[in-house]
Amino acid sequence: MRALLQRDLRLALRAGGGFGLGLAFFLMVAVLVPLGVGPEGALLTRIAPGILWLGALLACLLSLDRMFALDFEDGALDLMAVSPLPLEGVVAMKALAHWLVTGLPLALLAPVLGLLLSLAPQGYVWLVTALLVGTPALSLIGGFGAALTVGLKRGGLILSLIVLPMYVPTLIFGAEAVRRGAEGADALVPLMLLAAISLGSAAILPFAAAAALRANLK
Amino acid sequence: MSIWEYANPKKFMQTSTKALPWVAGLAVVLLAIGLIWGFFFTPEDYKQGSTVKIIYLHVPSAMMAVSAWFMMLVGSLIWLIRRHHVSALAAKAAAPVGLTFTMIGLVTGAIWGQPMWGTWWAWDPRLTSFLILGLFYLGYIALWAAVDDADTAADLTSVLCIVGSVFAFLSRYAVLFWNQGLHQGASLSVDTEQHVSNVYAFPLWTCIAGFVVLFVTLVLMRTRTEIRSRRIRALMARERAGVL
Amino acid sequence: MLHVDDLAVSRGGLTVLEGLCFGLVAADLLILRGPNGVGKTTLLRTLAGLQPALAGRVSVDQEQITYSGHADGLKATLTVAENLQFWAAVHGQTVIDPAIAAMNLTALQTRRAADLSAGQKRRLGLARLSVTGRKIWLMDEPTVSLDAASVGLFGAMLRAHLAQGGAAVVATHIDLGLPEARVLDLSQFKAKSKRQGAFDEAFA
Repeated sequence: MRALLQRDLRLALRAGGGFGLGLAFFLMVAVLVPLGVGPEGALLTRIAPGILWLGALLACLLSLDRMFALDFEDGALDLMAVSPLPLEGVVAMKALAHWLVTGLPLALLAPVLGLLLSLAPQGYVWLVTALLVGTPALSLIGGFGAALTVGLKRGGLILSLIVLPMYVPTLIFGAEAVRRGAEGADALVPLMLLAAISLGSAAILPFAAAAALRANLK
Repeated sequence: MSIWEYANPKKFMQTSTKALPWVAGLAVVLLAIGLIWGFFFTPEDYKQGSTVKIIYLHVPSAMMAVSAWFMMLVGSLIWLIRRHHVSALAAKAAAPVGLTFTMIGLVTGAIWGQPMWGTWWAWDPRLTSFLILGLFYLGYIALWAAVDDADTAADLTSVLCIVGSVFAFLSRYAVLFWNQGLHQGASLSVDTEQHVSNVYAFPLWTCIAGFVVLFVTLVLMRTRTEIRSRRIRALMARERAGVL
Repeated sequence: MLHVDDLAVSRGGLTVLEGLCFGLVAADLLILRGPNGVGKTTLLRTLAGLQPALAGRVSVDQEQITYSGHADGLKATLTVAENLQFWAAVHGQTVIDPAIAAMNLTALQTRRAADLSAGQKRRLGLARLSVTGRKIWLMDEPTVSLDAASVGLFGAMLRAHLAQGGAAVVATHIDLGLPEARVLDLSQFKAKSKRQGAFDEAFA
């Protein structure tokens, strides 16, 4: 399993692996939103938590369709299914790799973008914490969606249609934690709920995704 | 005789052929009674005026929008556990019906909300949850449509339906957390004092019964269509293989 | 090691092969033959456990199987050695040098898989089989895009595998130059009856 994680990270970081695309996209969102809604600082401060979470969520979505599709096309997924690796483990590792190259850098980049969106000073800690706690759920839910749509021709489109509604609770609790944190209110409750979603997803979704992969490999 | 006998497509087709006219008739009668009673023979609300009468469409369709998803969940579980094709096809058949009920619920809600709240749409938790439920229906329907192999599609959509149920449920509470809302409480409930008066309740119950039977009718019809289309596909595959 | 009893396999809801019975013991090589579309790939995938059998039974230790299909599962941006190391690690193995040498890939070790020719890629794909350390190889058209010399290398690798008590089922059209191989012509098992997938049976 560690070999799989290593391989996926290596693939992501080498040329053509798509590492950084999500980050660049995240940056674009943070630049385009003020251009769209106007430069007024007070307004930006108010919407910054939501925009940052939405940007992170969309940036995550961007790379999801590659999670299993590449291995499916070149036959590696068949070979893994025959190998001693349990498919549940494959899913978990791939989601972890996805998080390490997408969610984690997004969380670390977010404070810089918070500056661009004039996030309130108290908000930064909560922004990073909430993203660190919540983005694993995004990768896991996305992995489930990717497993469902792995064999499809226009999988990417249907993937977004399936995954985005499932992102609703994560988005709500994540943005709420940052918003409350930025306003100086108690942000612990939404943060706990966010952690619950991440942990619950980690416990359940690898099994669901492995079942979907098995159906798709048949 | 076991209930699972009806999971055999042939048996299902035979039985539903006989049952369908009766079920459809019952739906028409119940809806006619409920709606005519509700629209013409109940007093106008002292506050809401005649707009309140949209309740006879709004409440039943909203209830069925959620119930349809539950039915799909049950159908999906049966398919995954017992591999009865009719069950998977019934779940598939129910999805567009459920989506339609969701849309009716949202549209009638907007029509009701405009004079009452002065706005067509508000990001109220109930409204928002229904919109999100609609998105779940869309994803489910899109996945069915996208997968070529019928059994794989049934497997995948069933898994989606189960996981989707969990997340739809979570969304419902996440949305409540996000906004407390202005939607009135439940119109009908058994245990609380605060609900609509009996004048409205009886035709409303009739309408709800009518919507349930209407749902059953539509799902039966659509399941029959799905079974026939599967049969055609099977026959065509056989013809290509030269077995026939 | 592998025993197949009255097996029927289906593709796209249609039975393609039925009544298959055969066994495989150590050092056995079974060659599957038959025209395109007869169901060689479907049979191999069923044996590998990738798809369910329509009827009958496959008794085999799934932990002893490895499969090689039309695609080799190579990653273009990884080198030859990295590709093999990955599959070795997945199977709990560490040694990859003999496999590299056997398929004459030593000089290409540090080259990216993207820069290999089709034949070299195939050789790498075949080398993967021997780093898995598994006893039963299921191979689907292993010699595609290989030249005569490479087919010879493959034959030698296969023979070495058999000599170590391994076994293999190979679907191929060409002569591998291995006289000890048993040949199974699949056309005789072509589904004749009207037996269809479970769904159709309930229906038509």
